Amino acid sequence: MADSGVTDGPDEKGDISHAKREGTELTKEEKQRLRKEKKQHKKNKERKDDKTSESQKEKPPTERSPTSKQAAHPPTQKAPLAVPTPAPLPVPVLDAPAPAGKPAKSKTEIKAERRARQEAERASKQGKKGDVIPQVPAGKAKLQPSELQPVVKRLPEHVQVDNPEVLKKLAKKLERQQIPLRSDYGYKVSLFSHLHQYSRKAPLTQQLSIPSTVIHPSIVRLGLQYSQGIVAGSNARSIALLHAFKQVIRDYTTPPNEELSRDLVNKLKPYISFLSQCRPLSASMGNAIKYIKKEISNIDSQCKEEEAKSELQKCIDRYIDEKIILAATAISKYAIEKISDGDVILVYGCSSLVNHILCEAFDKCRKFRVVVVDSRPRLEGREALRRLVQRGISCTYVLISAVSYILPEVSKVFLGAHALLANGYVMSRVGTSQIALVAKAFNVPVLVCCETYKFCERVQTDSFVSNELDDPDDLIVTRKGKTQLGGWQDVPLLGLLNLVYDVTPPDFVDLVITDLGMIPCTSVPVVLRVKSVDQ
Amino acid sequence: MELQAVLMAAAGGSRMMDLTYNTPKPMLPVGNKPLMWYPLNLLERVGFEEVIVITTKEVQKMMSTDFKMKLDVKMKLDVVCIQEDADMGTADALRHIQQKIKTDILVVSCDLITDAALHEVVDLFRAHDATLAMLMSKAHEFTETVPGQKGKMAAEQRDFVGVDESGKRLLFMANEADLEEGLTIRKSIMRKHPRMHIKTGLVDAHLYCLKKMVVDFLADNKSISSIRGELVPYLVQKQFSKAINSPTTKDDAEDQNQKQKDGNINMELHLSSHNEHFLQLARERSCWNDHRGDMSEAYHGGKLRCYLHIMEQGLCYRVNTLAAYIEANRQAPKLFEEPAIHPSAVVSEKCLVSSDSIIGASCQVADKTSIKRSTIGNSTTVKEKVKVTNSIVMHGVTIEEGSNIQGSVICSNAVIGRGADLKYCLVGNGQRIEPEAEKTNEVIVGSDQLMEI
Repeated sequence: MADSGVTDGPDEKGDISHAKREGTELTKEEKQRLRKEKKQHKKNKERKDDKTSESQKEKPPTERSPTSKQAAHPPTQKAPLAVPTPAPLPVPVLDAPAPAGKPAKSKTEIKAERRARQEAERASKQGKKGDVIPQVPAGKAKLQPSELQPVVKRLPEHVQVDNPEVLKKLAKKLERQQIPLRSDYGYKVSLFSHLHQYSRKAPLTQQLSIPSTVIHPSIVRLGLQYSQGIVAGSNARSIALLHAFKQVIRDYTTPPNEELSRDLVNKLKPYISFLSQCRPLSASMGNAIKYIKKEISNIDSQCKEEEAKSELQKCIDRYIDEKIILAATAISKYAIEKISDGDVILVYGCSSLVNHILCEAFDKCRKFRVVVVDSRPRLEGREALRRLVQRGISCTYVLISAVSYILPEVSKVFLGAHALLANGYVMSRVGTSQIALVAKAFNVPVLVCCETYKFCERVQTDSFVSNELDDPDDLIVTRKGKTQLGGWQDVPLLGLLNLVYDVTPPDFVDLVITDLGMIPCTSVPVVLRVKSVDQ
Repeated sequence: MELQAVLMAAAGGSRMMDLTYNTPKPMLPVGNKPLMWYPLNLLERVGFEEVIVITTKEVQKMMSTDFKMKLDVKMKLDVVCIQEDADMGTADALRHIQQKIKTDILVVSCDLITDAALHEVVDLFRAHDATLAMLMSKAHEFTETVPGQKGKMAAEQRDFVGVDESGKRLLFMANEADLEEGLTIRKSIMRKHPRMHIKTGLVDAHLYCLKKMVVDFLADNKSISSIRGELVPYLVQKQFSKAINSPTTKDDAEDQNQKQKDGNINMELHLSSHNEHFLQLARERSCWNDHRGDMSEAYHGGKLRCYLHIMEQGLCYRVNTLAAYIEANRQAPKLFEEPAIHPSAVVSEKCLVSSDSIIGASCQVADKTSIKRSTIGNSTTVKEKVKVTNSIVMHGVTIEEGSNIQGSVICSNAVIGRGADLKYCLVGNGQRIEPEAEKTNEVIVGSDQLMEI
């Protein structure tokens, strides 16, 4: 990319517009560039002494942040302060990637640049309301450009619950955003003690004032519906989230001396923290939030507020239409090709997409029957069973413990996904990997249906690192008046584990049906790359 | 804004006329605080910043002079006065303030004393997008002897409340008075909710969360005048009405049903404009259902839903009878951590004040008195050798020496003469009991009050 030492006008603008689009995050290209620079600097380190190489390494990361911050600034009145900096800065940016032939800048010049950069940052901070670079949304590694070391990947906070410092930081952040902290409940099994575990009987609304003023009422309602499980399922959660954001945007008014493009993003941050306290965000929700933030930051500053708001609402409508509804239509079109007459299809749990495919196939007069596999404690298969039988599809219902008995009858397995990870693993409801494993053992083809907006850049090979712990009391069941596990908290060595997700390796998945077509599981990184280039 | 609070403080206190003929019910002292202070305090604790108070001019005047109200209530009170003799029901009052209402409302009655967790009711309202959410509590028997009661009181008309299996969804509500032939439950309800629990021992706290469209509906339907008596049973019944769930079938349009139909149509209009396209999409894709066993979707596709939260533990009193008033006086002080003896009261050392008594501000209690399990109001004078047991003494009362007051209610500005012996009596406002009088189980009120039948 822009690794040449020559100052390119359009190239630089591309750089700035890239950075502007991403806000405080870096695009893939910039990350790649940084990686290349790192490698070059490591070579320099071997050749030169530490001081020179350090100063060279320091420059590109440090100069990058003022460039990106600055790029976001042009519309504001803070431009005069930032104006003195553009002249010296672009030059060192393009100087730095050059190989170690150029001599390092003198110490005084570095100090002057750093001072100018700090002033620009201070000026921008005065304009914003308590602006602090936010914590990372689920699953993204955070790049710290201002650090002296080469890029350090940080774990997201929601998988570091057993680390007291992280908890303290989280508590401080929530306090600043005026959102109550939800406390963990019950004994956590040691392998999963790094995850949050909440009780459904202690909703977050207990600690909020009743006519909620800090958080928009539709977000409070959404959070309640998430934590009580009324809105469950990846697609449903995303649609409900976007609907709530539409309400927020509708009721939003720009405060004086503020920009809609920046203030609205800041308004959304505490809402997102609140929602993730109610229930950890899903990958699809994370992608939807990224999209909205990008759209908001792209709003032209000259735009009037009403126009901007209606534009954003249209964007949200478009996103839902394209990524969820049309995608479902496209996926069912591909999937129906794979369903032939006389098929026995096995489905697990209640996936809105798989149910949609089966209903469409039935409408197109394919003759097949369905085996619905279900598992405790959620027993979502009952809902899938109801929807399919209501349409007229003949179904069989078994629990997951009977899956190896029923598989000899089955000709295909259709699975839904919560997210598709960058290394080809499928993250889905707990039990999915079991089904895929047993199906592989019986040589039954496994087809995973997933929209592209659920593709995630995270990489995971096991279900322990990043998962969700549901309320352990859900595992307690009362039969014939007796509740055996009722006093589980009193038994010292007993822990109840209610996992929500698990990951299935790509070896067990034969085909992934997406709205872009039917791809093998290992092609997911390609799709991700294509998507990011498009955007 | 999410919710607007509305406090109904125009009630007359028709079931305790002896107490309320001079003091309006919202200002009756309970634990030395005016009755309406309790719901206002509840709203303030929960986080409300503004309350619309519907009351009469008399109460408004008393509110502005009341010491406690001015100091403690930090919320902004928007007082709306209505004519006392207009005989407005609670629903009529809501219709009166329809212009002020911009969002969903939380209606509270002024005689509610409770420590309920309001978020339980409001969470039901929010999570299920309900039209109505209300609070009820298990009724407690009142054990105190009620002064002036001759014989057992007639059992009050019971309320029949039908809830579904989860105990949250309200399926049926009727008062015994309306059920002449017996309790009939429509088949449509039974088909959707085969298991219904019918409860009778519940006390309605008169705390309702209502959607804004209900207020708009009330504006169009002027025939509904009481929330509890007419609106709530109407809404509960409308949940299962065919017209709501299948708006296309409007077969019969007879003239006598026309008015009712208009009501139906109005409700449908209000409901259908409310539901959003995306919410519907989200609900279709969500794998949640509130019931199982039949083929219908969540909530049976019904748009109107009524929810109920039943308090198992905690205080919940509705001070609308004398017995409730006495019980509330005993229990209400336990809600707050306030010193039993007000710092400005002058209590001599030689008197015996038990720990569960309350002495109000500026009181003067002389030597050798014994005060047990009683409430003494503000600015009351208690002279020597007086025994007050199990009683409620309101403000400005003078009790002369040697009196013995047991189980009684003494209203404001009364004077109890020397050596009087009152057992289970109710002394009205400003009455004088002559010295050496002995009265048991009597109601002593002014002659002018007796004329008001």
